[in-house]
Amino acid sequence: MDSNLLKVTIDGRSIEVPPGTTILQAARMIGEHYPPAMCYYTPLKESGGKCRVCLVRVAQTSEANPRPMPKLVASCLTRVENGMVVENESSPEVLEARHGVVEFLLINHPLDCPVCDQAGECDLQNLAFEHGTEQTRYEEGRREFDKIDIGDKIQLHMTRCILCYRCVFTADQITNERVHGVLNRGDAAEIGTYIKHAIENDFSGNIVDVCPVGALTDKTYRFKQRVWFSKPFNAHRSCDKCCGEVVLWIKNNDVIRVTARKNKFGEVEKFICNDCRYDHKNLEDWVIGEAAEIERDSVIRANKYKTKIHSPAVQVDAKFVSE
Amino acid sequence: MARQILFEHINVPGINTLETYVSKGGYQSLARAFKMTPDEVTEEVKKSGLRGRGGAGFPTGMKWSFLDKKSDKPRYLVCNGDESEPGTFKDRHLMMNIPHALIEGMIVSSYALGARTSYIYVRGEMMPVIRVLEKAIQEAYKAGYLGNNIQGSGYSLDLYVQPGGGAYICGEETALLESLEGKRGNPRNKPPFPAVWGLYGCPTVVNNVETIADVPWIVNHGGDAYAAIGIGKSTGTKLISACGNINKPGIYEIELGLPVEEFIYSDQYCGGIPNGKKLKAVVAGGSSVPILPADLILKTANGEPRLMSYESLNDGGFVSGTMLGSGGFIVYDEDQCIVRNLWNFTRFYHHESCGQCSPCREGTGWMEKVLHRIEYGHGKMSDIDLLVDVAKKIEGKTICPLGEAAAWPVASAIRHFRAEFEAHVSDPGSCCKKHLHREMTSVH
Amino acid sequence: MSILSDSAILEINNLKSRYPQGKQKSALLPALHIAQAEKGWLPVDAMDEVAGILQIKPIEVYEVATFYTMFHVKPVGKYVIEVCRTGPCCTIGAEELIQYMEDKLGISVGETTDDGLFTLKTVECLAACGMGPVLQIGPDYTYRENMTREKFDLMIEELRNKS
Repeated sequence: MDSNLLKVTIDGRSIEVPPGTTILQAARMIGEHYPPAMCYYTPLKESGGKCRVCLVRVAQTSEANPRPMPKLVASCLTRVENGMVVENESSPEVLEARHGVVEFLLINHPLDCPVCDQAGECDLQNLAFEHGTEQTRYEEGRREFDKIDIGDKIQLHMTRCILCYRCVFTADQITNERVHGVLNRGDAAEIGTYIKHAIENDFSGNIVDVCPVGALTDKTYRFKQRVWFSKPFNAHRSCDKCCGEVVLWIKNNDVIRVTARKNKFGEVEKFICNDCRYDHKNLEDWVIGEAAEIERDSVIRANKYKTKIHSPAVQVDAKFVSE
Repeated sequence: MARQILFEHINVPGINTLETYVSKGGYQSLARAFKMTPDEVTEEVKKSGLRGRGGAGFPTGMKWSFLDKKSDKPRYLVCNGDESEPGTFKDRHLMMNIPHALIEGMIVSSYALGARTSYIYVRGEMMPVIRVLEKAIQEAYKAGYLGNNIQGSGYSLDLYVQPGGGAYICGEETALLESLEGKRGNPRNKPPFPAVWGLYGCPTVVNNVETIADVPWIVNHGGDAYAAIGIGKSTGTKLISACGNINKPGIYEIELGLPVEEFIYSDQYCGGIPNGKKLKAVVAGGSSVPILPADLILKTANGEPRLMSYESLNDGGFVSGTMLGSGGFIVYDEDQCIVRNLWNFTRFYHHESCGQCSPCREGTGWMEKVLHRIEYGHGKMSDIDLLVDVAKKIEGKTICPLGEAAAWPVASAIRHFRAEFEAHVSDPGSCCKKHLHREMTSVH
Repeated sequence: MSILSDSAILEINNLKSRYPQGKQKSALLPALHIAQAEKGWLPVDAMDEVAGILQIKPIEVYEVATFYTMFHVKPVGKYVIEVCRTGPCCTIGAEELIQYMEDKLGISVGETTDDGLFTLKTVECLAACGMGPVLQIGPDYTYRENMTREKFDLMIEELRNKS
């Protein structure tokens, strides 16, 4: 074994990872059944630790310290130590805690999936599908906010927000000027600009892509199409502002939406500019590549939607484009 | 009269001035400390057995020894004067009346830790206290106790008072550091702990006001002398702020180990319950700690007399015990309604949750709303177990201890007073709210 | 044009020396107290000016001002009466007293009297539980302890006469 590598065992499966690797990253390296993450986002510094859905049990801290950690820990921030033994889905305590967190996330969520543009590619929907219950125990009034247009391209539907802070970190780290943030506190906390500012900068559209729920949606795509009725294709163009590497969401030869590409963990690795996102919606603007991968655990792919899935062609050819 | 370490001179007229404070032996610990190495000062604090007086009771000397001294970054000492735990009002009293005790403590503690700039973070509501401290700090600078080359020792220290803005959560040490950096009081995920990554990412110790004010006595008399006071691992004295239904509410410096019964009933302390009422329950260490019914606060489950000490109050764990916490001692007489009191505390935590992590943000509000319903006669029997379950799902799942602080009162009140909750459900309107002509509203 | 007075701006600028180079954002809370003491509350232009002095983004000020309960981001009366409504004070009659205050001033908690003189606000524990019921009153945040109806009446009368 490379002496610099640390051995960690998660749900009985072991892997060796470099120092500094978090439990979540190690679990993702192992493959399936890694903890969910609603706030952590690899490309965004300081993200994570807030939503608590990734809590896991550390049954053995390290080889040197065989004691368990006293509380469940956020796997997205807790670093692996050599000989660490972690329980994720194998721990009833973890599953119960996760169940509890999902319930907390849902008590003030409007559950308006039928009219929400995010449905089908919503992390909260997926999470609830896996860890939620059919009945709610919550009988009190739900928190509500007015919808706000933050600029002509983005709508903020704060009622759906789970306060992951990703959009705030994105604005801080990806754009040149942050004009929105988290206002107020406790369960009255909200994402906002305070003075009804428009969020206008070349990279503002990325806050839509990082949003795990339907709180920030693309107004140019609003109510146009259910995501599972459109076909995602990787495409690129030469752009002087960003990498120009995007996903085109195509329906009947129309580009109905442009997003950044996401990896299998739902994370954008290369952020895109608003020019690519909003101003290039013609097929001829793009060099179109292969069909984009859709994660298997997405609701789009879950059994109940099976009949509605049309697996896109592996390679787009002129025939499809002119179809 | 019991041993007084902090309050020996608190009633001396003019003790808030440097002149009077010095005339009573104040600032003598500086010369002593400067003759020692910083590590020797830390060693005395370790020997003293002093434990954090803000609530957690963590050994102070050990906390100091965790400070990352290998780092070449500056180190900071930050005093936590954000006293906001319901039932706790000792630090305000200390800072207001004997500010130099804290300043002297800050100087010797900063010396031990190698801090060149230190801050006293005081909750913003205590503006009068902040004015007193700022004046006292100016006096200390003038007298050469602060600033460059203090008393020719070669050690220099700048000390500033920082006001908060109104947020209980800033009593949590990492939220306090965020606030001191000019941000929202969102607690940080730990590790890293402040000893490694504190103020501005530098090694930092955060200590409570009372803890720091204890240090000069330890330096003057030695750690062993301090450890000889008190009982077992509960060494020294503790400021207890007593309130609620007692004849003599106020702040008392007690020697740890004093029987609870004596504290409640002796004329030297609380002076018993007014109007001949009976004792119903006590919250012994600030609103966050489990409430105990009269029989369990006076005696442990084994029938031993309960003492005012970390260990004795915790005897029986949370099944039949509680915690010394911050020393906020709230007494309830037989007329007090446990349900109403719990709703009030739950509303407090709902209001004070920073909103960063989901279990606390959503769970505190949920518990408050259910309790409000029960209190106002719209509860169901199943609500009681629902509360227990929600509390359990918050506890241990949050970024900071506010989750536990909100969950423990709920769990303990239902554990010890379930019948009272059931009575509110089965016979709404039979209890306390009759004398209020309007419903008290929820938060926000 | 400046919203804050020269002396307030100077005071805020002087705060910066308390913190290391580049960490002037630390002065934000004390700066907001200074701005609020001068304006009575925190209008957006005052917050923007604070942001300018401290060289931070305006949103960073809004985030902070809306987090802490002492900062009034909406106009308030000349005197803000902040009464404790937390457990210990309630065991000794704070709730009854708060309702009396509402009746006396003819407003509900959170409202301001028509003459713009008083805003009644409930707050959480003021750390004066042994001297409760307790309230504090701006602009200097004096504590009024062991409050009774009579003391409250007297206080209101004094403040009305002063204005």
